[in-house]
Amino acid sequence: MKPLLIRAGRLLDPANGVDKSADLLLREGKVAAIDAPGRIKAAGADLIDAKGLIVAPGLVDIHVHLREPGQGYKETIATGTRAAAAGGFTSVCAMPNTIPVNDSPETTRWMLAPERGAAISVYPISAATRGSMGETLIDYAAMKAAGAVAVTDDGKPILGDDIMLATLKAAAKVGLPVIQHAEDTRLTGGCSMNAGPVAFRLGLRGMSVEAESGLVERDIRLLAKVKGAHLHVAHLSTKKALDAVRQARRSGLHVTCEVAPHHFVLNEERIGNYDTHAKMNPPLRAEADREAMIEGILDGTVDAIATDHAPHAAHEKEQEFERAPNGIPGLETALGLTLSILHVRHKMPLDRMISLLSSRPASVLNLKDRGTLSIGAAADVVLFDPSESWTFHATDSLSKSKNTPFDGWSMQGRVKQTICGGRIVFSR
Amino acid sequence: MPAKTSQKHSSISSLSARPVHPASLISITDLSIGEVRRILSLATELEKEDPQQRAKWLRKRRVALLFYESSTRTRTSFELAAKSLGADTTLVSSLSSSIEKGESLKDTGITLRALGAECIILRSPWSGGPYLLAQATGLPVLNAGDGMHQHPSQALLDLRTMLRFLDLKSAKVAAHALAGVTVTICGDILHSRVARSNALLLPQLGAKVILCGPEPLLPETAAQLGPGIVIERDFDHALRQSQIVMMLRIQAERLAGLRLDLGEYTAKYQANGERIAAHAPKALIMHPGPIIRGMEITSDVADGPQSAIEEQVRNGVAIRMALLARALGTKKGARA
Ligand SMILES: [Zn+2]
Repeated sequence: MKPLLIRAGRLLDPANGVDKSADLLLREGKVAAIDAPGRIKAAGADLIDAKGLIVAPGLVDIHVHLREPGQGYKETIATGTRAAAAGGFTSVCAMPNTIPVNDSPETTRWMLAPERGAAISVYPISAATRGSMGETLIDYAAMKAAGAVAVTDDGKPILGDDIMLATLKAAAKVGLPVIQHAEDTRLTGGCSMNAGPVAFRLGLRGMSVEAESGLVERDIRLLAKVKGAHLHVAHLSTKKALDAVRQARRSGLHVTCEVAPHHFVLNEERIGNYDTHAKMNPPLRAEADREAMIEGILDGTVDAIATDHAPHAAHEKEQEFERAPNGIPGLETALGLTLSILHVRHKMPLDRMISLLSSRPASVLNLKDRGTLSIGAAADVVLFDPSESWTFHATDSLSKSKNTPFDGWSMQGRVKQTICGGRIVFSR
Repeated sequence: MPAKTSQKHSSISSLSARPVHPASLISITDLSIGEVRRILSLATELEKEDPQQRAKWLRKRRVALLFYESSTRTRTSFELAAKSLGADTTLVSSLSSSIEKGESLKDTGITLRALGAECIILRSPWSGGPYLLAQATGLPVLNAGDGMHQHPSQALLDLRTMLRFLDLKSAKVAAHALAGVTVTICGDILHSRVARSNALLLPQLGAKVILCGPEPLLPETAAQLGPGIVIERDFDHALRQSQIVMMLRIQAERLAGLRLDLGEYTAKYQANGERIAAHAPKALIMHPGPIIRGMEITSDVADGPQSAIEEQVRNGVAIRMALLARALGTKKGARA
């Protein structure tokens, strides 16, 4: 593999507080040198002209559903990672709610095998309990050794107090974070959207805010009992749950959280006349909750933007609202939406915004040498034009599934090139 | 900020982006007041017409009834209405067809269209089902009740019943036609598509709607459904203000774990002879059916002189004739 010299871009590396015009040399899969434009001499390197572009660490998404093994008709590791590359991502963390559930080192290794054809780095996340049934813990040390970076029963909560406590203890022992899908399913049976006046009008059963915040509060109480444990709240969507995280963190607990772009871009009104492309779990919430997500992002409470990329086949979404599966793809729209909303509209500085999509999520799940352009780190880079306006068309998506609510949306900030391990994995 | 732009590049990707045939009736809010007036007038015209003549309106037109829930009065009412206008009807119900074998609503709709159906009447246990069917087939779809969402033909027949009681001609239907009229809807509001359709329609004509029931069956958010709606927990108090009272049954099949003390419920919210005599001796008593006698209403009230229950059923056929004529166009080529 030839070295790559990326010239004259605006280098943004939030982990190192770097924001300057610079050349970047990638060699042998690593960041090899950074210097003022024109200063790096690299004979034989391929050249990329990055004038007018941001050169940032490859983006990191710690919450995706790649659907393999078992549901290749929705997505495969190959197609999902290509969509990720098109969205500027170079590392994704794959949720374990596959068929079978990723609760064994064999499945983890299968996901990591070169035959899967991943275009970028995939980090499997282990189930917390056998089959994600919420009953029996699995061997986290073995899962970690196979390559798992966290444990979760995502799609479902780890509901029982005893089992959650045991999960926190066992995960702390091997140094893995516990990711919680915070939904008290005892309160959400038959629910398909957020509780409130919109649900009443549509005649749909609504999930209350408390079904999320109650479980987050419970988890925080348990976390306080376990030394060294790390709780990460997945796809947080309500003000009340965010407040609980904020307060817990003030009291020194190791709790982190992520927010999905759809939860800070859309509210429950987007469902319109039962558009299943606006159905996900947690559901789109009230406008006040959406605003609270923005606030939590701006004030630093939110550690990461994670897409919860959840592809589904068209025939699955073309059902009655309550029968359609939850989730939307998000990898190809995350950067454009984040730039448009957080940077353009809410004036969030670019470096802070980028950190939410790279260095901070990488540190939440301890992904070594990812999300940064430190010398010696992985040669994972995204080049994007922060001012280019473009329109997202679902039909152009590289994901197998097109169930996005953002079809036809215009957004700002477009990925030009994605480089993973020193190899160009996407360019436009 | 991101904004939705032109759909033309990618409209194929989303079924929900496809249009609904304008002669459909899915939500009562689809109709302007003018359309409500025309439907009511057409209902009267069709009802009066000589049956031989009437049977020419939709002669040999094909109407499919697609029923995923059991229904006696609504199904029969639509069926009689279609036949009175000369249409051929076919009934597809969940007990006797491929829909039991797991065929999707979309595929069933497309099959019915391929078989020549020109209009589909849908009863679905799923809120919003009619939108999916309309978007998938492009045909006019008449909502015969979808989940907890709406039952718009019921709201129209209820309005016809109310107008007759108040001695108002349908030609008078306008923004303030029901000014000064208070309608109480009492019972299991949460699960009732009839309640939603009526509560969205009546205030448009100037009526005040009081929703009445205990909190588990009537959440506070119900008042935000639309303008002109208030919540009153005291049934007697609601009755004293009302010219019209609509009782609803408790939908046990939709309670989903909700626990209710039925003794306490009937004590507070049952329409019985004593209560009606004391607080609403002149009010019109309505009920969309099915009635559970001794529960939300007692026989002396249901069968008594104030009851409009049978008239509601009669009005159903007339309204549904008008909706079918509107959906399919008429022999005169005019649409209501
Ligand atoms: Zn989840």
